[in-house]
Amino acid sequence: MSILIDDNTKVIVQGITGRDGSFHTEQMIQYGTNVVGGVTPGKGGQTILDKPIFDSVSEAVAETGADVSVMYVPAKFAKGAMLDAANSDIKMLVAITEGVPTLDVLEAYEALTTKGIRLIGPNCPGLISPGKCKIGIMPADIHLQGKVGLISRSGTLTYEIVKELTDAGLGESTCIGIGGDPIIGSKFVDLLPLFEDDPDTESVVIVGEIGGQDEVIAAQYIRDHMKKPVVAFMAGVTAPPGRTMGHAGAIVGGEDDTAAAKIAKLEEAGIPVAKVISEVVGLLQG
Amino acid sequence: MKVHEYQAKALFREYDIPAPLDVVAHTAAEAEAKAKDMGLPVVIKAQVHAGGRGKAGGVKVVSDAAEVGPTTERILGLTIKDLPVRIVMIAPAVEIKTEVYLSLLVDRGERKAVFIGCADGGVEIEVTAKESPEKILRLEVPGAQLAFLTADSCKEFATKLMGDADLADQTIAVMQKVAKLFVEKDAALIEINPLIVDGDDKVVALDAKMSFDANGLFRHPELEELRDMDSEDADELGAKEKGLSFIRLDGNIGCMVNGAGLAMATMDTIKHFGGDPANFLDVGGSSNPEKVVAAFKLILKDPDVKVMLINIFGGITRCDDIAKGILASLEQIDVPVPIIVRLVGTNEAEGRKLLEGTKLISAETLEGGATKAAELGGAA
Repeated sequence: MSILIDDNTKVIVQGITGRDGSFHTEQMIQYGTNVVGGVTPGKGGQTILDKPIFDSVSEAVAETGADVSVMYVPAKFAKGAMLDAANSDIKMLVAITEGVPTLDVLEAYEALTTKGIRLIGPNCPGLISPGKCKIGIMPADIHLQGKVGLISRSGTLTYEIVKELTDAGLGESTCIGIGGDPIIGSKFVDLLPLFEDDPDTESVVIVGEIGGQDEVIAAQYIRDHMKKPVVAFMAGVTAPPGRTMGHAGAIVGGEDDTAAAKIAKLEEAGIPVAKVISEVVGLLQG
Repeated sequence: MKVHEYQAKALFREYDIPAPLDVVAHTAAEAEAKAKDMGLPVVIKAQVHAGGRGKAGGVKVVSDAAEVGPTTERILGLTIKDLPVRIVMIAPAVEIKTEVYLSLLVDRGERKAVFIGCADGGVEIEVTAKESPEKILRLEVPGAQLAFLTADSCKEFATKLMGDADLADQTIAVMQKVAKLFVEKDAALIEINPLIVDGDDKVVALDAKMSFDANGLFRHPELEELRDMDSEDADELGAKEKGLSFIRLDGNIGCMVNGAGLAMATMDTIKHFGGDPANFLDVGGSSNPEKVVAAFKLILKDPDVKVMLINIFGGITRCDDIAKGILASLEQIDVPVPIIVRLVGTNEAEGRKLLEGTKLISAETLEGGATKAAELGGAA
């Protein structure tokens, strides 16, 4: 088992004919992901990488029975693509695109949620259930099928922690990059219950950063509702206040959303926080 | 991106949100000339991207025409929260019968746009929110409804805020226009503190604070022109144009990393081992060699930098591209400091091979690299 995606997941790719979309579609297929088609408005009826292209997500879902759409379209067109997904019977949308205007995300999130469609991202690396299904842009070979669930706001920092888990032989059940934007479709607290219920996940790592209160809310949830051990890592201890640190959502707005404040809240809730990346494995095993 | 009060008020007037007319001056003489025909008293306000202008002496009411010049001179001599005052805004002082707080922002926790109101205007809203949370009014607005907010949906909020039916109606009109301005310009915050009732019982925006979503700026070239270049770091803006995300800090260890989260974690790790980062720098994904050269130049511009740490975890970014960029930099630029390089991930072997035989110090892990950097940076 794993959460959200596995061997049976059927995936379509929005923006499959673009440079990033076609490259990562090929990578996903190589990994064994069941990509059943793609969507590029105006190119319906053509094929790419032997997969059929459709004009809309609803057509693609009707023809292929896809469960998940992964979106690589440029920021300018992201809202249209997200609303297109909201207008279909897809179950989950994974939005890789970086730089989508906040109000576009807000509107698309509302439309998707109304339809009961889960949104992951935007501005995220996607998610992977190692050995089963990879949806996104993460390098495949650092992953190992295992028992640790991982949820992270970052991309490359996640790879760094995954490598530690894999090198230690622990491996991962599912790794989810939830994205670095202020408005994201799925937060820690939306995904933690799935790991708690997943028989193949034994422990969970959450990777947070400055900005917002999601880690604090996650800490309360973990303390009150989770039996499985959870370990955290928090980036941005040295970040100056009031500055956006690369991720649009990574900004210290007040005294509550600093890394130090979040670390304190996590530790109060009994969640060990690694001070450096190499401590994560030790805390999981300890 | 932030704009000054006078720029926000110009946008208010464009959207028919009532705000007193004002003039802007950069010198005492300009202030005197422009305020000449304005009725007294006038209020002179520092235009600077910092809160607490009043407390810092940056807001003065002047009743004597002869005082406009000297008062402007004094305000232009101020530095508020490290920012020198270069512009003042002058407007007729208005009689205030009532003052309230009104803002519209995106609540990331609730994933909604939300109006915040408080019947006590002119106060620090964060303080009120902590000390008397019951005084804070909230009205959540779905993103899709901002452009055509109905009066009905605002009525309860506006009535609680103003108490009086006529004033509530005027406030509803302000809220509808604020929402339209917010969505049409991709704002991140519109704050009116205070929104007042003047001597003629009109609801007027006496102050205006606006900031914009950086991700939305691509569709608003008109807003880019409002950017106050004097209050921004030229290097940081230049970095953005080259696709780099860069923030200068006080330390002496230059950092080059791919990915924002890893860049922060790299700074934290350096600090953990006793070093002090000189900057935050994310070279972004799919980094081509030219971006690496630009990053080298930016980092080495800082004379305090004693050592550089390059930490790359290849994914989309290919280690051989980074290695090519490092080699090109070493050819093009005089690099007077030791460089520690840690390359892992996509095309790691190719990248390392390219760097063989150079004077670079190779590190296997982030922590190894950070420890070495701290040592060379002179950590205790």
